[in-house]
Amino acid sequence: MSIFINADSKIIVQGMTGSEGTKHTRRMLASGSKVVGGVTPGKGGQSVEIDGHNLPVFNTVGEAMAATGANVSVIFVPPKFAKAAVVDAIDAAMPLVVIITEGIPVHDSASFYAHSLTKGTTRIIGPNCPGLISPGKSNVGIIPANIASAGPIGLVSKSGTLTYQMMFELRDIGFSTAVGIGGDPVVGTTHIDCLRAFQDDPETEAIVMIGEIGGDAEERAAAFIAEYVTKPVVGYVAGFTAPEGKTMGHAGAIVSGSSGTAQAKKDALEAAGVKVGQTPSETARLLRAILGR
Amino acid sequence: MDLYEYQARDLFEKHGVPVLPAEIATTADEAEAAAVKIGGKVVVKAQVKVGGRGKAGGVKLAVDPADAREKASAILGMDIKGHEVRTVMIAAAAPIESEYYLAILLDRSNRTFLVMASVAGGMEIEEVAHTAPEKLAKIPVDSNVGIDLARATEIIASAKFPADVADQVSAVLVKLWETFVSEDATLVEVNPLVKTSDGKIIALDGKVTLDENAGFRHPEHEALVDQAAENALEAAAKAKNLNYVKLEGQVGIIGNGAGLVMSTLDVVAYAGEKFGGVRPANFLDIGGGASAQVMADGLSIILGDKDVKSVFVNVFGGITSCDAVANGIVQALELLGAQATKPIVVRLDGNNVAEGRAILTAAAHPLIEQLDTMDGAANRAAELAAK
Repeated sequence: MSIFINADSKIIVQGMTGSEGTKHTRRMLASGSKVVGGVTPGKGGQSVEIDGHNLPVFNTVGEAMAATGANVSVIFVPPKFAKAAVVDAIDAAMPLVVIITEGIPVHDSASFYAHSLTKGTTRIIGPNCPGLISPGKSNVGIIPANIASAGPIGLVSKSGTLTYQMMFELRDIGFSTAVGIGGDPVVGTTHIDCLRAFQDDPETEAIVMIGEIGGDAEERAAAFIAEYVTKPVVGYVAGFTAPEGKTMGHAGAIVSGSSGTAQAKKDALEAAGVKVGQTPSETARLLRAILGR
Repeated sequence: MDLYEYQARDLFEKHGVPVLPAEIATTADEAEAAAVKIGGKVVVKAQVKVGGRGKAGGVKLAVDPADAREKASAILGMDIKGHEVRTVMIAAAAPIESEYYLAILLDRSNRTFLVMASVAGGMEIEEVAHTAPEKLAKIPVDSNVGIDLARATEIIASAKFPADVADQVSAVLVKLWETFVSEDATLVEVNPLVKTSDGKIIALDGKVTLDENAGFRHPEHEALVDQAAENALEAAAKAKNLNYVKLEGQVGIIGNGAGLVMSTLDVVAYAGEKFGGVRPANFLDIGGGASAQVMADGLSIILGDKDVKSVFVNVFGGITSCDAVANGIVQALELLGAQATKPIVVRLDGNNVAEGRAILTAAAHPLIEQLDTMDGAANRAAELAAK
């Protein structure tokens, strides 16, 4: 098992004909993902040849779903056009929409997230995220497929490169699914959504949760863990040295006043029984100790 | 991007939120001229992006233009919590009868927008929220529904505004929503929103935060950036499209990905505790690309920081391959030539790591030292900075 995706996931790429879209479609195909087509408004009816795969291009997500049976969309379109692309996918009732695009205005994210709630048929992951991978089954987004193999760890993280680092640290044990939820102020899928899914996934034996400064998602996740999660969870929080009022790369990574600090997040997680590592390597060691490996 | 009060006031005026006449001044002469233009009593207000300026003596009433000149010359140049006052706003004084609070903001926790309204304005709203939460109404707003006059009227009624001002305040809320949406703001706050003795509702002080991701829709927002207040290194980095934040420390940091770089700062700070409190000197995320030019630009910014004693390059090759990063470092050092004078500790891992490490080993640059782990490399960089 895995969460949100599996070996049968059929993926379309919105923005496949752009340079980033083409590059990552090639990588997803190379890792065995079932990419079945692309969507670029105005280019419907064309097709794109990528490494021996002939991929049809559609004008809308609805057309792509009807023709291919796709159940996952991954979005690479530029920030300016991202909202229209997401709304198209939501209106077509695409079950899972993974938004890789970085730099989407938060008014646009808030709008399409609210729209997804109104429709009630789409889970959004991202924006500004690396996507998710179930090694050996499916890879949706830009997480390198060769870092780690399949295994019993579930990972959820706000950060792309920390996801890669942690997968690398624990590559010999392997992952059921690793999800990068993104570092923007408004994201479609939260730590809590992933924790619930990992708790309910029989193949996941332990969970790594990576957070960073800004907002209160980690504190909420800690409360959720205390209430719902019985599997072991280890945590890591980045941004102890970040000063107040300075945005640290991610649009959401900012400490405002007394809220959003790394220390507050670490304290909340520890109070919920989560072992929190001081560095990514120490976090990996904590997980190894729990699994006895 | 946080705006100054006068910039927030201008945006309010542009969108029809009622404000008082005001001018800005950077000298005592200008302050006096502004007071003449406005006429009557004025308030001289320090323009700093930090709270508590009133208590610090940064807001003064002036009875006439000569007094405005005197008050302005006292306030200009003042240091308020580390912020130097370089501009004052001269605003008409208003006879205040009541003070309220009104704001619209992004509510990250609930992933929606939120109106906060209170009849207990003027003071720190955090304090109201803490001591008398029943006096602060918090009402979520669906981004796709917005706030029209009917909705605004409901919100203001639920916040228990007095009947004699409810209509005016509701109208202000609609205008504030227009400001919030059309400027792509993440915060518009009026505190205090006042009722004057002649019964008018006026936004007396305001805060606005704009979403920099929406810059492509608002080329005019570029002019709101206060170039002079920016750190010189940060401004230079911005000109080269680098994501750089200056910190107080000795170990220059370059990494890829915001999360990994934040983590690198922390790991260096922990390691630095063993070496007399060495700290990271900056945040610098070179992103996924890490070409030679980007690496050279990054190194050049960091080596231009006189506080930097050592540099730590921490890259995990995800999409980027380590050999490309290693080539980038070698070429960057060639580009920099004699400008590169500080030891550089490099930790590469991930995609094509063996090739990357081999390239650096073969280059045998006297400034470069390679370590295999992030913790080990952080330790070495801190040790070198402490020497």
